[in-house]
Amino acid sequence: MKFAVIVFPGSNCDRDMYHAVTNALEEEAELVWYQGANLANYDAILLPGGFSYGDYLRSGAIASTSDIVTQVKEQAALGKPILGVCNGFQILLESGLLPGAMLQNKKLKFMCHQEGLRVVNNTTMFTSNYVQDAIVSIPIAHQEGNYYCDEATLASLQANNQIVFTYQTNPNGSVADIAGIVNEAGNVLGMMPHPERASEAILGSADGLKLFQSILENWRKVYVAGA
Amino acid sequence: MLQAPEITPEVIEADRVYQEMGITDEEFSTIKKILGRLPNFTEVGIFSVMWSEHCSYKTSKPLLKKFPTKAPHVLQGPGEGAGVVDIGDGQAVVFKIESHNHPSAVEPYQGAATGVGGIIRDVFSMGARPIASLNSLRFGNLTNGRVKYLFDEIVHGIAGYGNCVGVPTVGGEIQFDDSYQGNPLVNAMCVGLIDQKDMQKGLAAGIGNTVLYVGSKTGRDGIHGATFASEDLTEDSESKRSSVQVGDPFMEKLLIEACLEVIHSDALVGMQDMGAAGLTSSASEMASKAGTGMEMNLDLIPQREENMTAYEMMLSESQERMLLVVQKGREKEIQDVFAKYDLEAVAVGHVTDDKQFRLLHKGEVVTDIPVDSLAEDAPVYYKPSAVPSYFEEFQAMTEYLPTVMDHADTLKSLLQQPTIASKEYVYDQYDSMVQANTVFAPGSSAAVVRVNGYDKALAMTTDCNSRYIYLDPETGGKIAVAEAARNIICSGAKPLALTDGLNFGNPDKPENFWQMEKSVEGMSEASLALNTPVISGNVSLYNESNGQSIFPTPVVGMVGLHASLADITPSFFQHIGDMIYVIGETKPEFGGSELQNLLEKRYFGKAPSIDLAVEATRQMQILTAIQSDLVASAHDLAEGGLGVALAESLFTDQQLGCEVNVTEDATAALFSETQSRFLLSVKPEHQAAFEATIADAHLLGYVTDTSRLVVHHNNEALIDESVTQLQSLWKGAIPCLLKSKA
Amino acid sequence: MKKVLIHITLKEGVLDPQGKAVQHSLETLGYDTVKEVRVGKYMELVVEDDASIEQQVETMCEKLLANPVIENYSYTVEEVVPL
Repeated sequence: MKFAVIVFPGSNCDRDMYHAVTNALEEEAELVWYQGANLANYDAILLPGGFSYGDYLRSGAIASTSDIVTQVKEQAALGKPILGVCNGFQILLESGLLPGAMLQNKKLKFMCHQEGLRVVNNTTMFTSNYVQDAIVSIPIAHQEGNYYCDEATLASLQANNQIVFTYQTNPNGSVADIAGIVNEAGNVLGMMPHPERASEAILGSADGLKLFQSILENWRKVYVAGA
Repeated sequence: MLQAPEITPEVIEADRVYQEMGITDEEFSTIKKILGRLPNFTEVGIFSVMWSEHCSYKTSKPLLKKFPTKAPHVLQGPGEGAGVVDIGDGQAVVFKIESHNHPSAVEPYQGAATGVGGIIRDVFSMGARPIASLNSLRFGNLTNGRVKYLFDEIVHGIAGYGNCVGVPTVGGEIQFDDSYQGNPLVNAMCVGLIDQKDMQKGLAAGIGNTVLYVGSKTGRDGIHGATFASEDLTEDSESKRSSVQVGDPFMEKLLIEACLEVIHSDALVGMQDMGAAGLTSSASEMASKAGTGMEMNLDLIPQREENMTAYEMMLSESQERMLLVVQKGREKEIQDVFAKYDLEAVAVGHVTDDKQFRLLHKGEVVTDIPVDSLAEDAPVYYKPSAVPSYFEEFQAMTEYLPTVMDHADTLKSLLQQPTIASKEYVYDQYDSMVQANTVFAPGSSAAVVRVNGYDKALAMTTDCNSRYIYLDPETGGKIAVAEAARNIICSGAKPLALTDGLNFGNPDKPENFWQMEKSVEGMSEASLALNTPVISGNVSLYNESNGQSIFPTPVVGMVGLHASLADITPSFFQHIGDMIYVIGETKPEFGGSELQNLLEKRYFGKAPSIDLAVEATRQMQILTAIQSDLVASAHDLAEGGLGVALAESLFTDQQLGCEVNVTEDATAALFSETQSRFLLSVKPEHQAAFEATIADAHLLGYVTDTSRLVVHHNNEALIDESVTQLQSLWKGAIPCLLKSKA
Repeated sequence: MKKVLIHITLKEGVLDPQGKAVQHSLETLGYDTVKEVRVGKYMELVVEDDASIEQQVETMCEKLLANPVIENYSYTVEEVVPL
């Protein structure tokens, strides 16, 4: 399976994502500069964390207007798995691929630590390797991770089972403790916590690896004969 | 502020305009002799920044020569952007610490942020990828409103910049003392990793080669920053706000990636960042080091503001700028790399053979100075030194022996002293994990960052107990180095080398100069004894506010190497039933201790003594025990002594407790700050082998499952406290002080 | 040339932690008459004269400058007076 890790000016978790896929998951990945790429050549697209365009204007806003995000939308429409982590999630929100928006953390400070998450939906292509309602330890590192959406949107997220991860102890003020959501089709996941930083025990947790393994296994079921 | 280039050389001399730029009468006549004529306004400005302490080390040079700087594993000592040390496999670690004290006192957010940015540039200008940041901060009393503001904004600035550039902030230390009330210290350290074959130097070599300017445009910000750093902070420092630069971490991130791509091109000859004294220092130092000259046309410098003068351009400290020398005719190759990142690399000059620093502006030669006179030939001063009366008084005192009635209450109070209390409030704001290599984040004795793809890791720490140094600079200097090494050893690594961040008061006061002299001597001796040469550093003088000097604060930044990932050792107790040992004898030593501060609200008497031979032997024994897999956890005994170390060893979410027994004087056993001591825990099956490895290990007790910290004195209960409760006091102290009304 | 002055504010009902913090600070300083603070953004654009300038500015706000999920915008257009 071949993953694209999109690199925007200011992305800074691109290598971490690449490392998680190539060394922990042991699959193929490429760092793909935001200009001049063809995303049709990849099986899955990862939007890493960081500070694309310095987080100027609003986190993810400037990156969301780039040509490559138009390509991401096309690939998403084809049903390919798209994962946005942290700044990647913010870009997915700003581009409209996922509903809602990010506000500043309620304490107005950047926060970085391991966080307990509940897997509230293990039926997605990203979470099928987790046990439903499992508590996993995955770190957060953000200042704008306070997920906001209006009540109608929240109701529809709940009705469609689009909420995938919630915080055990809400650190940032997110609506309904939301840490990660998928689109209606279920192939675009955005989450603030960093599974790529939790892909090896030596880094404090390997709980994030199952997310990448889920993507791989579900892809194999469809595309690899006999898998 | 001076901004009048029309002032003629004659007026400069007659009205002694140079004095306002920090040039003395004597220095002015030296300049006349060097040039064989009167300098113009721009030239005086250039001399003033290059001869400031910040750039020339004119006061500290005679002292810095005492540092041991060489060892077989040192690939680059002081003199380049950062020092470089061999770590095997063709790799090297690159690191340096730098101060940004004065800018942070005036505009704390930007001052701290640009301090982080500057030191990161020093590291990647060597061709290394920055892999970790640390810092060492000093503040006044957190009950003061202004101090709270400085504290919050400085931390915010470090976070704002470091998080955005994607370099994890993995460690550091913070101490609080009244002497820093008006003059906080912000020392930032950056550690980089490099393949030795990619090492760069800031050399302007090859006559005719092209000088390229890359990064942010030059504005009027930060003019005279280097001279500003070399003056006392006074009431009107607030009005010098124009001297403070604004950082753009996004630009820095682009520069990191572009520069680390460019180093693979053999068209690149040399690279240096524009730090203090901006374009002036980078250009003249690159030429001086290469034995060449340089000519630049200032009309070509990318400018952010209109009508900038030569003086303003040469003295601007606009951030995120780099100077490159590239082979003539191959500029395009380099420019193309930068263009990918939307960065413009502009040819602004060339390397010459006449060893002159020549600048053209609007068709005229505005500067023509022998380049060596700005760099290596800058003046050196031998300042008078005098033993301060307080020192003689302290040395003559009888031993200070505090009386403690309730040891449990005292332990609780110590855990809430801001210097000891948890710094989680601070480090939670730092991205400590980006790059996915952080094994031990802030909160451990030393931070540990693995070297991805290899069975090895790097340990790093910053340390300096300035109270000891105030009491006795020579002993305190030794302790600072030894303590840094202890932290590295406890994590399971072998100390490699150190970088020094020397922060002192006004060196014109002989008592201050004596403090510098003695602490450097102490540090040098310890560096030799522990085989940790000094490979880079920074000097920040004139740290005073309203005539009051800070405690002498020579910060030690140290890096060590884990020979294997298996050696990485936590500083917290690990398993129920493990045996707890203290290594080393305890004496009643309370001068400069946290207990003295708690009880007396001041520091006096003698600093704890240190025997470097004992220190070195003990450190090696402990490392051997760790490498033989005999040690479950290791913690050095520092501020607050054994009591605090026991508590800290339990502050995890594991719900462990401990039960120990102390003999003789309970106050000394629990709270003395005797040096060269360690707290280790060992699995019972390793007892015999462990005791055979470490001569002076004393069995204290056991790790328990009770989640209580229990201390017996001669087998009678002395302390029996809930770990959860102690931990919440320790964690809550700083947030609580910040919320309190001033 | 025209100068466009754009104000971007959080929508009614969207929690504004920054505004709350500012209000709290003002209160600590003794300004207890301040009942609410909302923090927003202000931008200045210098734009070439064009008949459709207002329509352009609105598209810019919708597409990039504001996030319609959480933010409102308003703007005014001024003449740029040459020096």
